[in-house]
Amino acid sequence: MRKDLSIELYRKMYLIRSCEENIRKVYCEDEMKTPMHMSMGAEAINAGVCQALNKDDQVFGTYRSHALYLAKTGNIYNFFAEMYGKNTALLKGKGGSMHLCDPQKGFMGTSAIVASSISVAVGAAFANKVKGNGKVVAVFFGDGATDEGTFWESINVAALMKIPVIFICEDNGLAVHTSAKQRKGYKDITKVIGKFNCSVFKDDTTKVEQIYDLAAKAIKSARSTNVPCFIQLKYYRYLEHVGINEDFDSGYRSRNEFADWYKKDPIILQRARLKTIGVSEKAIQEAEKEIDRKIVVVMKKVKYEPFAQVQELYEEVLE
Amino acid sequence: MRKLTYCDALREAMVQEMERDKSVFVYGIGVPDHKAIFGTTAGIQERFGAQRCFDTPLAEDTMSGFGLGAALNGLRPINIHIRVDFLLLAMNQIANMISCCRYSSRGMLKAPMVIRAVIGRGWGQGFQHSKSMHSVFAHIPGLKVVLPTTPRDAKGLLTAAIRDDNPVLMIEHRWLYWQEGEVPQAPFVEPLGKSNVIRNGKDITIVALSWMNVEALKAAEILQRRGISVEIVDPRTISPLDDEPIVRSVKKTGRCIIADYDWIHSGFSAEIATKIYEKCLGKLKQPIERIGFAPTPCPTVRHLENEFYPNAINIIRMVEKMLHLSPTDLSGEEFYSHEKRFKGPF
Repeated sequence: MRKDLSIELYRKMYLIRSCEENIRKVYCEDEMKTPMHMSMGAEAINAGVCQALNKDDQVFGTYRSHALYLAKTGNIYNFFAEMYGKNTALLKGKGGSMHLCDPQKGFMGTSAIVASSISVAVGAAFANKVKGNGKVVAVFFGDGATDEGTFWESINVAALMKIPVIFICEDNGLAVHTSAKQRKGYKDITKVIGKFNCSVFKDDTTKVEQIYDLAAKAIKSARSTNVPCFIQLKYYRYLEHVGINEDFDSGYRSRNEFADWYKKDPIILQRARLKTIGVSEKAIQEAEKEIDRKIVVVMKKVKYEPFAQVQELYEEVLE
Repeated sequence: MRKLTYCDALREAMVQEMERDKSVFVYGIGVPDHKAIFGTTAGIQERFGAQRCFDTPLAEDTMSGFGLGAALNGLRPINIHIRVDFLLLAMNQIANMISCCRYSSRGMLKAPMVIRAVIGRGWGQGFQHSKSMHSVFAHIPGLKVVLPTTPRDAKGLLTAAIRDDNPVLMIEHRWLYWQEGEVPQAPFVEPLGKSNVIRNGKDITIVALSWMNVEALKAAEILQRRGISVEIVDPRTISPLDDEPIVRSVKKTGRCIIADYDWIHSGFSAEIATKIYEKCLGKLKQPIERIGFAPTPCPTVRHLENEFYPNAINIIRMVEKMLHLSPTDLSGEEFYSHEKRFKGPF
C-alpha cells in the first residue's frame, strides 16, 4: 500500500530528525564525547534509499551516518548507547558517532577517512555475487569522496567486474567548507560516470517518495543486471561540518541559502504530503509523539548505564 | 622427504587451500599472467577459473579494500603485490580499515585476508623495488606479519595465514624463491607467532630475518671451522612476536647480533634489542649489535648496491669484533651471488 509507504517514510525521517534534535539538546552536557557529524537535511536520501533496500541488503557509510544508521536499522537503543559510549552498545563506545556498526542489520560499517569504505563495499558486493545470495550493497558517501582516487577506481572495478553495487553520492556541495566549484575540474559527474559500464541516476529533489522510487528502480536494475548504479542526490547540510551548531555566520555560506532549502525541508514536505493523502493532523502528531517518547525513554535509560570495564580496551584486536 | 623450492611451496599452499575451501580466492596485478608472480600463481586460474583467480586494475588501495569487503562477507582473499613498495599505495586500507575491522566491529566482523608482497633485490631494482618495510606493518595493531625463510615455512605459514581469521601480511624475499628444501606434500600448518631456532650454537646468537638467515647460515658455517658456535633464531612471524626462543638463546650465549633485512633506525632490530635488554640484561656479556641496510635509499648501480646490503661477511666481521678474534681469511670462500641465479630484467 502506497499510503503505508508514505507514512513509513515519514516515520523514518522524523525519527532521524528527532534523534539529532535530541543530541543537540544534550550535547552541551558533554556526556556524548564523540565528534558529531550531523545528518540534518539529508533524511530523505537515507530514508528513501534504505526503504527501497531489502532488510538483508547491506550498506556502508561514512563518519556522517546517523541518518543512514537509523534508516537502515531503526536501532535507536544502540544508537544512543554508542553515542554515550556505554557497555550496552554493540561496540561498547569504541566506535562512537563516526564508527557505527551493526552488521546483523546490514549496517556494515563506516569510515572517517573520506571514500575509504567505497572499495570495501565493492568487495562485499563481489562476495555476495559469488555466493549468489541476492543481496545488494549500497555505499553512501559525500561529494567530497568523489574527489578521491579510490572512488573512481571503485567505479571502474565494479563496472569492469559487473558487481551490483549502488553508489550513492549524498551531494551537499561541500567538502567540509570547500565548495564543489573549488574542487571539480569537470561540470557534471553523472556524465563522466555515464562513460563507465555503470547506470547513472540523479535527482535534486528533497521529496522522499521521489527518492524512494528512483532508488527502487536503480536497485532493481542492479539486482537483475549486475551492472552497478551511481545515484547522485542533492541535499543541504543544515549544520556545521562537525558539531551541533549552525554556521551561517562563518562566511562560506549564507542563511538565505539555508532558508531557500528549508522551504523544501524533506520532513516538512512529507508531512504536508501525508495530509494530502488523507492522514489526519492528529494521526501525524500521535506518530510523532510516540517516536519522541521512545527516544526520550531510551536516552534516559542509556545515560545511566555503566561504561565497559577498562579491560575492554584490549578486546577484539586479533582473534 | 620430497624437496621443493620456496616458490613452488607457496604455490602448493595456495592450490591445496583453494581445493580445501572454495571461499579462498587469489587476485592482484599480474596474478594470472604468463609470469604468474614469479611462478607462485602458475596454473591457478586454469585450475580454479577466473572467478577465483584474477588480474586487477592498477588500484592497490581500492583492491585492498575490495579484499576486506569480500573477507567480511565470508570469502578468504589472497591479494598479491609483486613488490612491497607497491603495497604502500594500499597503506590507507591496511592501516585505517583492514587492521581495524575486527576492533571497529567489536568482533562482529572479521577480515580473514592474506596479503602477499615480494621484496625485490638485484639487477638494479633501485630504491622503489627493494623495500621490506616489515617493521612499519608490524607496528600496527590488528595485523599479523610473517616473513618465511625456508620452503617448509613458506608452505606451512602461508597455509596458516589463509586459515587464520585475522588479516595476515606475508613478506617474501625474491631470492628465497629459488631456495630448495624439504616440504611435506600433504597440507600442513606452521603456526603463526612461533620463532624457530634454525641452527644450534653456544657462543653467540644471531636473530636473522628473511634473507638474512641465508647470510647468517653461511657466516655460521665459516665461523664453525674456527670453532665458533653460532646459534641462529628466525622469528618468522614478527607480529605477534614470540620472543621466548630468542631470550632463551641469548641467556645461553650472552651475545647477540640482530641481522635485519631493513633499515636499522626505528626498525624491527630495535624492537628485538629492547626485548632482549628487558629480559636478559644481566646475562649479556656485551652490548647487542645490529646489522641492516645502509641508512640510505637503495641505489641502482651494482657496487653501491652491494655496499647497501648487509651480508655474511658483515656478520662474520661483527662476530669477530664481539669475540675479539682476528679477521678470518675469506679468500676462496664462495658467497651467495645472484649473478649466477638471476639475470634481469624481468
